[in-house]
Formats: sequence, C-alpha cells, structure tokens
Amino acid sequence: MFWVVATITVVPSLALLFARKAVHVAMAVVLTMIGLAVAYIMLAAPFLGMVQIVVYTGAVMMLFVFVIMLIGVGGKEDLTETIKGQKWLGLLVATGIGLFLTGVVSRVSLNVQEPPTQGNPTEIAGALFGRQVVVMETLGFVLIVAAVGALVLTHLPRLTPKHSQKEIAADRVRVGANPVNKPMPGVYARHNALDVPALDPEGKPIDESISRVLEVRHQTQSEEPFHAHLEEGGDK
Amino acid sequence: MLDLTWLLVAVPLASAFVLLLAGKRANPWGHWVGVGASAASFVVALIAFIQMLGLDSHDRAHSVQLFSWINTGELNVNAGLLVDQLSLTFVLLVTFVGTLIHIYAVGYMEHDVDRRRFFAYLNLFIAAMLLLVLADSYLLLFVGWEGVGLASYLLIGFWNYRSDYATAANKAFVVNRIGDLGLIIAMGLMFTAFGGVDFATVFSGAEHATTAQLTAIGLMLLLAACGKSAQFPLQSWLGDAMAGPTPVSALIHAATMVTAGVYLIVRSAPVFEGAPNAQLVVAIVGAVTLVFGAIVGMAKDDIKKALAASTMSQIGYMMLAAGLGPVGYAFAIFHLVTHGFFKAGMFLGAGSVMHGMNDQVDMRRFGALRAAMVTTWVTFGLGWLAILGVPPFSGFFSKDKIIEAAFIGEGWQPWVFGLTALIGAGLTAFYMSRLFFMTFHGKARWTDEQHPHESPAIMTVPMIILAVGSAFLGLILASGNRFVDWLEPVTGHAEHGEPVLSVPVITATTLILVALGAAFAWLKYGRADVPLTAPAASLATLAARNDLFQDSVNRAVLERPGTHLTRTLVYADAAIVDGAVNGTGGGVAKTGEAMRVLQSGKVRVYSLIMLAGTLLVGFFAVLGGK
Amino acid sequence: MNPIAFIYLACILFAIGSAAVLLRRNAIVAFMGVELMLNSANLAFVGFSRMHGNVEGQVMAFFVMVVAAAEVVVGLAIIVAIFRARQSISLDDPAELKG
Repeated sequence: MFWVVATITVVPSLALLFARKAVHVAMAVVLTMIGLAVAYIMLAAPFLGMVQIVVYTGAVMMLFVFVIMLIGVGGKEDLTETIKGQKWLGLLVATGIGLFLTGVVSRVSLNVQEPPTQGNPTEIAGALFGRQVVVMETLGFVLIVAAVGALVLTHLPRLTPKHSQKEIAADRVRVGANPVNKPMPGVYARHNALDVPALDPEGKPIDESISRVLEVRHQTQSEEPFHAHLEEGGDK
Repeated sequence: MLDLTWLLVAVPLASAFVLLLAGKRANPWGHWVGVGASAASFVVALIAFIQMLGLDSHDRAHSVQLFSWINTGELNVNAGLLVDQLSLTFVLLVTFVGTLIHIYAVGYMEHDVDRRRFFAYLNLFIAAMLLLVLADSYLLLFVGWEGVGLASYLLIGFWNYRSDYATAANKAFVVNRIGDLGLIIAMGLMFTAFGGVDFATVFSGAEHATTAQLTAIGLMLLLAACGKSAQFPLQSWLGDAMAGPTPVSALIHAATMVTAGVYLIVRSAPVFEGAPNAQLVVAIVGAVTLVFGAIVGMAKDDIKKALAASTMSQIGYMMLAAGLGPVGYAFAIFHLVTHGFFKAGMFLGAGSVMHGMNDQVDMRRFGALRAAMVTTWVTFGLGWLAILGVPPFSGFFSKDKIIEAAFIGEGWQPWVFGLTALIGAGLTAFYMSRLFFMTFHGKARWTDEQHPHESPAIMTVPMIILAVGSAFLGLILASGNRFVDWLEPVTGHAEHGEPVLSVPVITATTLILVALGAAFAWLKYGRADVPLTAPAASLATLAARNDLFQDSVNRAVLERPGTHLTRTLVYADAAIVDGAVNGTGGGVAKTGEAMRVLQSGKVRVYSLIMLAGTLLVGFFAVLGGK
Repeated sequence: MNPIAFIYLACILFAIGSAAVLLRRNAIVAFMGVELMLNSANLAFVGFSRMHGNVEGQVMAFFVMVVAAAEVVVGLAIIVAIFRARQSISLDDPAELKG
C-alpha cells in the first residue's frame, strides 16, 4: 500500500520538472495532493486527509488553475536553461538537500508508538480549541489579512472616469439615439419568457423588446397564442 | 676686539644675492660691487691675520660660535668658524687672488651682457669657499663644499647657450657628486664612530678609534678630495671645465676650489695619522695623478686644457705630499699657496693672449707673441719659471721640498714616490716649456683676422701683482722656515727624517731634469717650425691627446653599467612595485567582477544561492552537533 | 508498516519541489514547487505524529495548511499583478536587482 501511495505521489511531482504546459503541471500536482491525502489517512489522520482534499486539492489547486487561465494558459515553456550553470547547480543542490535530509532522517531512532489517537475531528478540535487556541485565532486573522491583501494587490485603479448611468444617458442624447431603455419582453398570463415580444397600446408587437440574439438564432416566438382572449366563460 | 670673522662669508654672500636680485638695472655698477665685496673680505682677512700674528704661536686658533644648528638627541652640530693658521692661510690666498681676479674680470668680461651675473656667481663662490675653509665641523664644511660645487657649475656653464659648455658644467657637477658621496659616507662613519662630526669631537675621538674605522673614514675623505681636486679616478671633469670664462678657470680651477681637496686631507690629519694604509693610498693617488696630468699636458694644443692638465698634475704633487704624513703637510700647503699665485697668473696670461688673439685657444695658431704682448710675456714667463722650479722663484722652494720629502721613508716607498716626483718635474718642465714656446716664441702662425695687442691695464695689473708673487713669495715664505713653523701647531710636528738620497743630489737631479725638459721643448717648439695642424702621432701621443681615453673608460666602466642598473631599477619599480599596487587594485576589481556574476538580479540565481546556503548551514549544524 | 518510510518519502518530495523552484522559469510552476515543499513538510509532521502517538503533529500540519492557503492567495495575487505590469511571468525577466 505504501508503495502505491509513494508512486502516485512521486511520479506526478516529476511533471513539475518535465511538463511543458502549466495546466499539465497543475493537474499532476492535483494528483500528488490526492496521493498525499491517502497517505495521511494511512497514517491515522483521517480528518487531515479530508482537509487536504478539500483545502488543497479543492481550493488551492483551483486557485492555481484560475490564475493559469488568467495569465498563461497557452504558452509552451521552453525547457532549456538560460542561466549558465543553473541546471546542474540546481540539480546538485536539490539532490544535496534530498540526500542531506535522508541522511538526517536515517539517524533517527524512534520507537513507533501505538497510536492512542485516531486522528478524528474530536481530538483535533480538542487540541485546536484547547491548547492551541491562540494560534488558531491568530491564523484566522492571517486568513483575513491574506484575503484583503489579495484584493489590494489585484485592485486595478480606475484610469478613466466612471461611466455611470448619467453619462450613458448623456451619450445617447448626444448621438440622437433613443434616450429611453428598450422595452422589456412581453409578460403574459401564460408566458413570461424572453422570446415573446411586448404589445404596444395598439396591440401590435414591439420588435425592440426582444433580444437581437434570439432573433438571429430563430428562438423567438410569436405572441399570438398568448393574446388575451375575452371569450365565453372568460369572466367567471 | 670685535669678532668680524663672520663678515668674511657674509659680505660676498650678501653681494651675490644683491647682484642676482637687482636685475638689469644693476648692470652699470654691479661688477664694482662684486669687486668691492671681495676686497672687503680681503681687508677683514688681513685684519684677522695681523691680530693672529700678535698672539702666541699656540694660542692662535680660536673658534667663533655662530648659531646652534642641529640639535637632535644624538647629533648636535653647532655652526661655528674655526680660525687657525691653516684656515687663515687659505682665507688670505682665496681673498687676495680672488680680488685680483675680480678686477681682471671687470676688463675681461667687459663686452659680455651678463657681466653682473658673472660677478654674482664669483662672489657666491668666494663666500662658499671661505665657509669651506673656516668651518669648524665637517657638516658646515660640506655646506661650503656643495656651495663651491654649485658656483663651479654655474660658472663653467656660464655661456650656456652653447650646449657643449652646458654639458661640461654637468660633467663637472656629476663627477664632483661622486666625491660628495665619499664625504657624506665619511661623515656617517664619523658619527657612528665618534658621535659627532665637528672637528673637536672627531680629532679627539680619532686617538681612540680602531685602525679599520680610521682607514674607512680616510678612504672616503680621499674619495671626496679626488672629486673636488680632480685627482685620479675622478679627474675627467677638469679638462672640460675650461669651457668657462678664463677668470673662472684661474680662480676656481687653478687656485682655489681644486685645492679644497688638499685642505680636507690636511685638516683631517689626525684621522690619517691613525690609518697608515689610507695615507699610503693618498700618496699613491697623488703620484698617479701627477704622472697622468703630465702625460696629458704634453699633447694638448688648447692652451687652457694644457694648463688644466698642469693643475691636475701639480695638485697631484700636493696630494703626494699630504700622503706622506706630517713631514709633508706643510709643504703641500706651501706648494698650494705658491701654485695659486703662479697658476692663476698663467691662466690670466692665457686669458690675455686669448683676448688679444680674438678668443683663439689653439696654440698651433699662436707663436711670436712676445713682441706683441710684452707684459703678458713677462708675467707669463715668471709663472713659467716658477712652475718649472727654477731657483730663486717660488716653485723651486715649494716643489723641491716635496720631492725631498717624497724620498724620506723606508722600503720601496721613498724610491717609488721620489722617483715619480722627480720624473714628474722633468715632464712638467717639458710641457710647460712647450706651452710657453709655442705661444710666445717661434714664428708667428696667426690667422688673417688676428691682430694681437696687449690687454688693458685693468687686466695687466692683476697679472703683474700675481707675477711678483710667483717670483718672490716662495723665497719670503721659505726663509727661516717661516711658513712651516707658522703651520706647525695645526699640521703637527714632523719627525725629522733623512731622504734616501742626499738633499744636494736630489736638488741637482731635479734641476738637470728640468733643464733637459726645457731644452727639449725649445728644440722642438721654439726653434723648429710648429705644424699648423696636429701631425700624425704615435699611440702614446694619441692617447695623451685623448686624455688617456678617460671618457671612454668612464663610459664603459661606470656610465653603461650605471645606466643599465638604473633602467633595471626603473623597470623593477614599474613592474614590481607599481605592478603590485596596480595588481592589487586590479585584483580587487577583478574579484568584484567575478562576484558580480552572483548579482544577476535573477530570482532563480538568488534562490539557488539561498538553498545552497541553507544546505551548507544545515550540514554544518548537523556536523557540529556530533 | 513503519511510518519512517513516509518520512523518506517526504524528503524526496521536498527535493523534487526545490528542484522545481530552481529550474523552472514559469512563475506559477515554481510556486507549485513551493506548495509541494510545504506539503512534504506536512507529510513529515503527520508521519512523526503517528510515530509519537499524539495529535500534536497533525495540529501543526493543520496550521501549516492554513498558512499555506493564505500564502497561495497572496502569492498568486502578486503574480497576477506582475503579469499585468509586464505581460510576462517568466522568472528571468525581472532583473532590477542586477548589480
């Protein structure tokens, strides 16, 4: 079981190094996160495993995907290295870190205890709201700050004056267009969708009340069937 | 009794400054100020002399403190003057002959635009020379020493629009400098050995110092004397120094500056007394130069250069005498004084001849001038007889005594030195007679533009006075051993030694050789025809004409290695020292450039560095925790 | 099944994540590498908590997740802002710190 988890964790993460498109990388990392969630569950931390899936896979990686969509979804990144020596030095340092950490870990001699805990929400809640309550409150604060920070960072200052309704109306009058809004589509007793025109006081349908898109798509209906018919038994 | 001794130096010095700073408006009267300053010094010297005569023989030395000069903890030198028999002799010689030459120069330089500057430099020379002989410490002597070197440079290169004259001045200065090095090293050795450089400290310390120390000091002093007195091996500058105007040659390079070396040796007698080897070297140098000068003088056709070679040779005699110890010191000074008179007189006569012959110096174009320039002929003739050593003229008394003293001693020394002096006398007779006969006798070989005439009185009167001195001074000073007794408190009592040949033999041999030399010269140059251009010559004559190849030797032995050494040192300085400094700067810059690569501004490079650093830190943390 | 194996796994994942940070030019991919590193740390926490037999490690991992989420939010906002300024998210382009 461990080896399965190991495989589905390590192999996609190699895409981080070798994949060309950023979207491929994001999908691979999602797979890695899921693998990690499975690992957590194996390690008697089921709550954390769920939180991993919800938070990381669901929220964080989706954030990544949204930003890739906004920014650089198309480009195929050229994998050749531009900075001299960076590739080999980088590989060397990374391998060095891996070896170093593995070496340190290999010296650890720790007796594996039986888990008295099951990692269920109750225990974690007890720890959170009990011993680590200060940290938890602070983290809440951190989250708020992060959200506000994101807003601030992506806020685009208005470069042109705001084109409010007043300006729209003035523009219309200047051009000589109809200053008034177009009429709404017809609302009938038995139909109030957008595809049936409204009636003017003389009972004729107003063409401007239906969206041009629907006309182009031939998705309009005639209003005939919906006219009010005063017939026998109508005023019962 | 006012002490006016300091005026001796101060008056000419002040006059020199005045003449230099006053500028062109002093031209009409500048030269008389110069003459007056020199004469004033002579008057003060005369007063000091008369005062000294009134004192008892052993009380005659007195010191004058001028001012406190150097006062460090280790070395204390006060500037002061020492007026004793030796220094006063020199003072009288310098001021008397100097004043006469100043008067002569008024006439000689009459047509020269820069006459005022000339007198300024002459006064500067007089001041420096007087400071040299009056100083009571080697350091103050050195100030005067440098001053006469400077004045000599300025005066030799007086007509510096001619580049060969300027080069001659440079040559004189540079060769002198080598001698100065000797004096500086000697002063350093004195300071190390005795703790001071004034005469009192040195002479009292010399009694207790080791022979090695005294020999070293003595040899360095000899080096200094060789430079200033144009002795072998530093003799090469004197011939070229004749580029200066004739009064300069007369004053500086015949009578006074070149004798400063002899003064130094005689003054340092206590040092040499303790270093017999150094004394021997002094005598050898004197003997070698004596012969060197005589050989060169025999082949020179330029009258001034021949006289210069003669000066070199005569100073060789003085050096030889000074190297013989107390027995010779007094005679060296005696010969110095008489030489001052007759050589200066002959130089002035040569100047007079040149003046009359349109500045011609080639003796092959002279001849039969005795009828045209009678006074010059007579005065020059008296000087000629004096230098030959013909009795009763002064040269006889002074030179003969040296030859006698040279024959005193044991072993090989008296024979070598005595015979050298003897033969030198014969050679001197030959070349001086050659000079005299080529110039004044024989057939006239003048060029068409030359109309020889006698010089004006302002030039002939000094010549006459000097001629009288050349004639009679020796007789006066030698009678009753007057001069030797006068100097004895300074030079020390001489052991009476017998020369290896008896005195009459020596005197007779000398006179015979002199007569032979003169006769030979008469036959060749007085009676026979003198060719107008120098005839093809044997190797010896050729060598003599080229100053025994002294310049080539100097160039090969000293100049070329010196230049190579300098070039190497300059290269080493530029390459090593500058290279080290620049290299350090360059190295720092290159290191910065190398470090700059790390600052690429690229995020990934920085993250690489950070991760690598973290890895290293973790590594050491884990290792350290072991 | 010795939980120590998960720790080794965490080390390897950490190494891969750091390699991605160092070697990829795309800012978003590098950021994902950072996320992977954080996750590997979480795995290590949980593994050790299992070995120690208490729930502290899991609580710690929970906190790490929260902080990582906040960090992703802010980090991606920064990337978006930089993209708007430069129209590029290559990590090699901004070199204002070049010395």
